[in-house]
Amino acid sequence: MNDMTPIAKSTTPKDWETDQEVRWCPGCGDYAILKAVQRTMPEIGARPENTVFVSGIGCSSRFPYYMETYGFHTIHGRAPAVATGVKLANPDLDVWIITGDGDALSIGGNHTMHLIRRNLDCQVLLFNNEIYGLTKGQYSPTSRVGTRTPSTPFGSVDRPANPCAFALGAGGRFIARAIDVHKNLVGVLKAAYAHKGTGFVEIFQNCIVYNDDVFAPFTEKKNAAGSQMWVEHGKPLLFDGGTKGLTMDRERLVLKVVDVVDGDWQAAGVIVHDQTNRGLAHMLVEMPFGAFPMALGVLFDDPAPTFESAVVTQNIEAAKGKTPNLQHLLSQGQTWQVEKEPRAE
Amino acid sequence: MATAAHEVTPQEASAHPLAESVVVRFAGDSGDGMQLTGGQFTLSTALSGNDLATFPDFPAEIRAPQGTLFGVSAFQINFGSTAVDTAGDAPDVLIAMNPAALKVNVGQLKAGGLIIADEGEFGERNLAKAKYAANPLTDGSLAKWQLLSFNISQLTLDAVKPFGLGNKEALRCKNMWTLGLALWMFDRDRQPIIDWLKSKFAKAPVLAEANIAALNAGHAYGETAELAGPMKQHHIGVAPAEPGLYRTVTGAEAISLGLVAGVQLANVPMFFGGYPITPASAILHFLSRLKEYGVTTFQAEDEIAAIASAIGASYAGQLGVTSSSGPGIALKGEAMGLAIMTELPLVIVNSQRGGPSTGLPTKTEQSDLYQAVYGRNGDAPMPVIAARSAADCFDCAIEAVRIAVQYMTPVMLLTDGYIANAAEPWLVPDISSYAPFPVEFAGKQEMKDKLASENPDEWKFLPYGRDEKLKRPWVKPGTPGLLHRIGGIEKAVGTGNLDYGAENHQKMTEIRRDKVANIAVPDQIVELGETSGKLAIVGWGSTFGPIHQAVRRARAKGLDVAHIHIRHIWPMPANLGDLLRGYDRIIVPEMNTGQLKTVLRDQFLVDAKPLNKVSGQPFLISEIEAAIDAALAAL
Repeated sequence: MNDMTPIAKSTTPKDWETDQEVRWCPGCGDYAILKAVQRTMPEIGARPENTVFVSGIGCSSRFPYYMETYGFHTIHGRAPAVATGVKLANPDLDVWIITGDGDALSIGGNHTMHLIRRNLDCQVLLFNNEIYGLTKGQYSPTSRVGTRTPSTPFGSVDRPANPCAFALGAGGRFIARAIDVHKNLVGVLKAAYAHKGTGFVEIFQNCIVYNDDVFAPFTEKKNAAGSQMWVEHGKPLLFDGGTKGLTMDRERLVLKVVDVVDGDWQAAGVIVHDQTNRGLAHMLVEMPFGAFPMALGVLFDDPAPTFESAVVTQNIEAAKGKTPNLQHLLSQGQTWQVEKEPRAE
Repeated sequence: MATAAHEVTPQEASAHPLAESVVVRFAGDSGDGMQLTGGQFTLSTALSGNDLATFPDFPAEIRAPQGTLFGVSAFQINFGSTAVDTAGDAPDVLIAMNPAALKVNVGQLKAGGLIIADEGEFGERNLAKAKYAANPLTDGSLAKWQLLSFNISQLTLDAVKPFGLGNKEALRCKNMWTLGLALWMFDRDRQPIIDWLKSKFAKAPVLAEANIAALNAGHAYGETAELAGPMKQHHIGVAPAEPGLYRTVTGAEAISLGLVAGVQLANVPMFFGGYPITPASAILHFLSRLKEYGVTTFQAEDEIAAIASAIGASYAGQLGVTSSSGPGIALKGEAMGLAIMTELPLVIVNSQRGGPSTGLPTKTEQSDLYQAVYGRNGDAPMPVIAARSAADCFDCAIEAVRIAVQYMTPVMLLTDGYIANAAEPWLVPDISSYAPFPVEFAGKQEMKDKLASENPDEWKFLPYGRDEKLKRPWVKPGTPGLLHRIGGIEKAVGTGNLDYGAENHQKMTEIRRDKVANIAVPDQIVELGETSGKLAIVGWGSTFGPIHQAVRRARAKGLDVAHIHIRHIWPMPANLGDLLRGYDRIIVPEMNTGQLKTVLRDQFLVDAKPLNKVSGQPFLISEIEAAIDAALAAL
């Protein structure tokens, strides 16, 4: 086979496009995410034949059809389980999971939790639009209380799930947030890919038909500066053009917003982001938006051994020194020989 | 004509076991170690050259409250000098370790059979727990049987006294004392058990010695003691058997071994995704130890993840296998549809148990046949194979692997709780006699096609292109040039692209139907009797033993009856319809309310009559004999 393997050459975003007609609503945030992923692939040096996109069900889960890679559009909520089988069967593959808020946190919540706790080496891109799009606009597990939809005509009453807090609570080692149309998405995807283990990325994705502008308070250009806080490892937690930052209220052990005068963030006691600090990550993902900015970028990145490497290592260790011999295996246990002549009574 | 199930009368049910075989039932509290005792007795019996069949019958509770009726655990073994196909109808010997064990089991004991009871356990408290108003050992209520009662508890305590064990630990040796007595009764060698105890208690030699002492004491008791008439040593002759190496095997072991053999013959690694469930977990346990055979096992978070991970592994180029029992199989239904739609190989093992819902977790039933054949949304044909016995599981598992990889389809392998747990002697197969069926992944040839084509840039790989068997190619991700996407949405013919078109769906539905319908399965044979005649008894799965014995006995009486046993439930053998139409009457005994019967009537328009039993217990030979007599009398 080697003789026919094409010599690895660098790819362009175009190489990652399929001939399939993209079937999302015009103006859907998914288009921007697709472009960002197609731009990311050449930058991380990925090979199309070595890449597998696995998705569940929902608008976002059509994604694999549009990527010129191997792809598996599975069933509702089960992409993490299918991806686990793919990766265990061939750990050399780059596995990307594409899912949505309903797919990952409602019907597939169990699998999402276990994928993250096991720390399978893969990327999870959770397109959060706080709505069920494909089924025509019912509220989702991330919809805010009071969301009016066909199934909640008087407003939803149940409290929403927070995807990043869920992922962190499940033991996640890489937690990031990004926005569909924001230029930083590519950088976040690259960081997720570089992380060995489950790279969990919540992408705020606008559903133009059923939940338009639900994230506008922090995604609209005019609101962005004052409400988006893009974090960076080793850099102070600043926003609003560096005029505001986060500090620790030591008495109450909570974060608080402080004004930064003349750029002197140190004087204001602004915290320097440490992406390996789990406690800080918990506080960042839990910050109520409004009183606080929306924390974006790589919020937590602290690698740990991956599931598939542990499985492979154990398989090798347990097999060490044992020669597979099926005939021998069949003949194990309590055996006896029946001679040609039946024994006399 | 009515098709009501045949009701078995008590007269019909009273059995006449073959003189050359003996049925022994060990019964006690679920903490008394009866399964262990039975298992060791089975080994010693196999080693002495008898044919045998066993039936472990234990409660769903791990440790039910001591002494209660629902906490009774029993292990039955039928062994003899002729071929033994069932665990036997009525026991000849019942060993009852407490009043509850006696109460639950004595009703099934053959009239005149022998009861051995531990009178040390027949105190007031235990009698009350078993709801006995008076002590049955002394009130004469057991008069129709032979009774031997002695204080096994005390005799055991005496035997292990030198080892200084606590009372509780010492009493735990009771089962070995009982086993020792049973070994003496049937002239069995103690040495294999002694060896086994030494290795089991290698880290606690005192326990090994105490158990051996109890075993020897029980044996000596039989040999020397002051025993009354019925306790005489039985010697069962050696069953004539094909020469070769034998071992005992349970269905769970044979399925595991068959799966390993299957993937070796197919030359692909195995990925097993499972979730614990009674009685299927034994397969997960067994395969978890076989890393050197290229087996990866994954205990998933639930049944759905178990099958979904197996599908993922199949997509990535290993053979995905999953296993469960009824409720778990129900959860896997949607994913089976995905495997059918994406045409990936997959083996699904269903160790059936009593249902619906949680049903009877530790009891056996054959009531998942509809679920296997029809239980999915959409037109979702899937091959189904049913194993008839523990040993048969090996070949059935290989057959399931073969069909899965040769046709790119999920395959369901049906077994049941009885087969999974029961042990039987197995002539160890010569694996070199099995023809390999190596998988060819797409790659080399497709790249050659591309290079050879007139316009390589226009060349297109067809992931849903098909061979003469309608099989699509199996492509491993990682293969350059064959990138493609699959999924659960309807596929376009050939390209596999998403396609909702009306004509396309019609065509693809027909392709999926034809692919499965045209799977080459061997012609149906007749196990016993003629290929046409007055009566055929048609079975599937674990009813093989009782049907076979019943038909053998009926034929010995000169009755015109045949036994047909169907392994390929779907698709069915091509000759089956014509074969069935050659009999005047057809009876289908099943441990359900008539599922195969319905499928046969539907497929072949034959007047198949049901004989049903859903008590959680296997058929008795006598129940099937009675049905044969009734059917022939009515002709």
